Amino acid sequence: MAQLTLDELRKKRKEAQKEIYLREGKYKSKIIVHMGTCGIAAGAREIVSAFLGEIEILPEKDVMLTTSGCAGLCSMEPMATVELLNLPSVKYGHLTPDKVRRVFKEHILGGNIVTEYAIGIGSEKGG
Amino acid sequence: MLCTGTGCVAGGAFRIKETLENEIQKQGLEKEISVIITGCNGFCGQGPLLVVQPDEIFYGFLNPEDIPFLVQEHFLKGRPVKKLMFTPPEKKEPIPLLSEIPFFKKQMLVVLRNKGIIDPEKIDDYVARDGYTALEKVLISMTPDEVIDEITRSGLRGRGGAGFPTGTKWKICRTEQKTPKYIICNCDEGDPGAYMDRSVFESDPHTVIEGMILGAYAIGVSRGYIYARTEYPLAIKRMDLAISHARDYGLLGENILGTDFSFNLEIREGSGAFVCGEETSLIHSIEGKGPEPRQRPPFPAEFGIWDCPTVINNVETWANVPVIINRGADWFSKIGTETSKGTKIFSLVGKINNTGLIEVPMGITLREVVYDIGGGIPDDKKFKAVQTGGPSGGCIPYSMIDVPIDYESLTNAGSMMGSGGMIVMDEDTCMVDVAKFFIQFTNDESCGKCTTCRDGSDALLEVLTNITNGNGKEGDLEFLEEAGNAIKDASMCGLGTTLPNPVLSTLKYFRDEYEAHIKESMCPALVCKNLIKYYILPEKCTGCRLCLKNCPPGAIKGELKHIHIIDQSKCTKCGTCLDVCPTKVSAIIKVSGKETEKITGIEEPYPVKRREKEIKK
Repeated sequence: MAQLTLDELRKKRKEAQKEIYLREGKYKSKIIVHMGTCGIAAGAREIVSAFLGEIEILPEKDVMLTTSGCAGLCSMEPMATVELLNLPSVKYGHLTPDKVRRVFKEHILGGNIVTEYAIGIGSEKGG
Repeated sequence: MLCTGTGCVAGGAFRIKETLENEIQKQGLEKEISVIITGCNGFCGQGPLLVVQPDEIFYGFLNPEDIPFLVQEHFLKGRPVKKLMFTPPEKKEPIPLLSEIPFFKKQMLVVLRNKGIIDPEKIDDYVARDGYTALEKVLISMTPDEVIDEITRSGLRGRGGAGFPTGTKWKICRTEQKTPKYIICNCDEGDPGAYMDRSVFESDPHTVIEGMILGAYAIGVSRGYIYARTEYPLAIKRMDLAISHARDYGLLGENILGTDFSFNLEIREGSGAFVCGEETSLIHSIEGKGPEPRQRPPFPAEFGIWDCPTVINNVETWANVPVIINRGADWFSKIGTETSKGTKIFSLVGKINNTGLIEVPMGITLREVVYDIGGGIPDDKKFKAVQTGGPSGGCIPYSMIDVPIDYESLTNAGSMMGSGGMIVMDEDTCMVDVAKFFIQFTNDESCGKCTTCRDGSDALLEVLTNITNGNGKEGDLEFLEEAGNAIKDASMCGLGTTLPNPVLSTLKYFRDEYEAHIKESMCPALVCKNLIKYYILPEKCTGCRLCLKNCPPGAIKGELKHIHIIDQSKCTKCGTCLDVCPTKVSAIIKVSGKETEKITGIEEPYPVKRREKEIKK
């Protein structure tokens, strides 16, 4: 490989940073897809893929996607919880890949809750 | 993030990697989950281990058999697996999150900032974590003198153990007229129980390389060496790879990043002589001569490799440099104590619950390290002492557990910072035996140049062996002290001048233990074989034949349902009987000194039933 100049090194760093964000646990928003047996049966895997597809095209990888178990409201599956930093979480139900794309654009990037799909804001109280 | 430090690799980390990748592929998750190998995570006692990001879930003690279940439960169904998480010994509930585990909580990562996050074999991972930004900064906006000034103001001191101010050393070398000049990275880590340098190489080799490039720029050097021991194959492999990547990127070689600054780096492997860690021996070894130290001064900064000015710094010292340049001397000098700045890596080993590699701010107390980070002593045993500084250091007793860890406090306590080995000892450790172990080590490793070191360590070893064999006599302790101090005064290099420390410090704090060995033929910790005896308590033995079947020399007499007896003339004191005797029976005891006289054994095995009848009467 040809030797790098200062500018090329900086460019390389920017490239490489996109990928490493996730490992440091740094993020602005967090998406939790509920993947209990009920969620998986209802198609939660497609929801995960749809979110991943959206995250992939972001310039900054500061959105964290993770999975958890059943949220208790099995009839509304597939479900996902969206948390923006320092704001109460929002639960969405009956998701489809199309709905995911809209939630991603309007809520996660735009900061506006998509009320049509939202089930509720906030979480149950912890014991 | 799968740990592949030497510890976890020995535990089968690469087999786990293979299973993990296969399972992930089987479940069709390879697009969502990548397996990334990292250097040492630090929590070696839990290895092989991995951390799932971004959830930050920590799994330890992994077996390849656990992996299919883990992949299915956690990655496919999103249910973290509790039974593979870390559970503190005194608690029942596991702690899922890495950042909540006390072992990690109190640490402060400067040198190890990238551990467990980057793949040490990929330069882009290091670059992404602001790697080589310090080099950029220096090349664009700092003169060599400004770099030296920054390092001097930061208060960074040599992490190899002696604690010489790094900036001062650089300045001396820079002002020398003679050229060419050289820099060396000392990775000849030989202390028993120490593996800080190895871990830095294995988890983040580029931080050392960047530190050395910065040093070369500041001092005015175009050639550097990394001296590492051959016994570190994985560390050398990763460093070698890192150097070639840096060369590809134009970060090493001619005209670095398009400027007129050039610097080349190569690895020299030493074949594991302890004395090579001493800087003048190390220089001789690189020159191809026998590794014997020479008189200092002149110091290597004036008169080093091929008689040219040479700066030798330890791995950890170099690794600190990029951070100091990036974040500034003011930031760095806020960490630590008045005289000791920054952080220090320790390898925490011995009788401790959380064995591992830790990085803590200077000034933290031993108590915090042992109890908060280390999680205390296993099996509720009592803390006895901690040995710091390896064979050159000393033992610090419980009474001094609140001593802050910095260069001066440890030296005042009769030990030293050393390169960072920290061996915790509990009540079952015999301090005379410990002193003997270290003297045996330095006696083997003495290069033999100075009489005091060569013959002096022989003399110390002979007396210590006598004491542990029960042949100690009046005057032995005075001799140890006198000889120890003489060796300190008259030896030339660091090996000789520090080798008596383990003896002198244990004599100072644990003199009663030495006296018990000599005067009462007793080893209070029940370690020294010649001074202890094993007995079977007739009132407890159930005649189960377990000890009899397992005794290697066949020293136990007895038959089923008969009380057993140990034939003392055949017993080799291996302790197997004590290990196999069921806990609820606990019929076997270990005694020493006067206690042995109190034991009234029985002559011949007799039926357990007879004992029960006698008790009824």
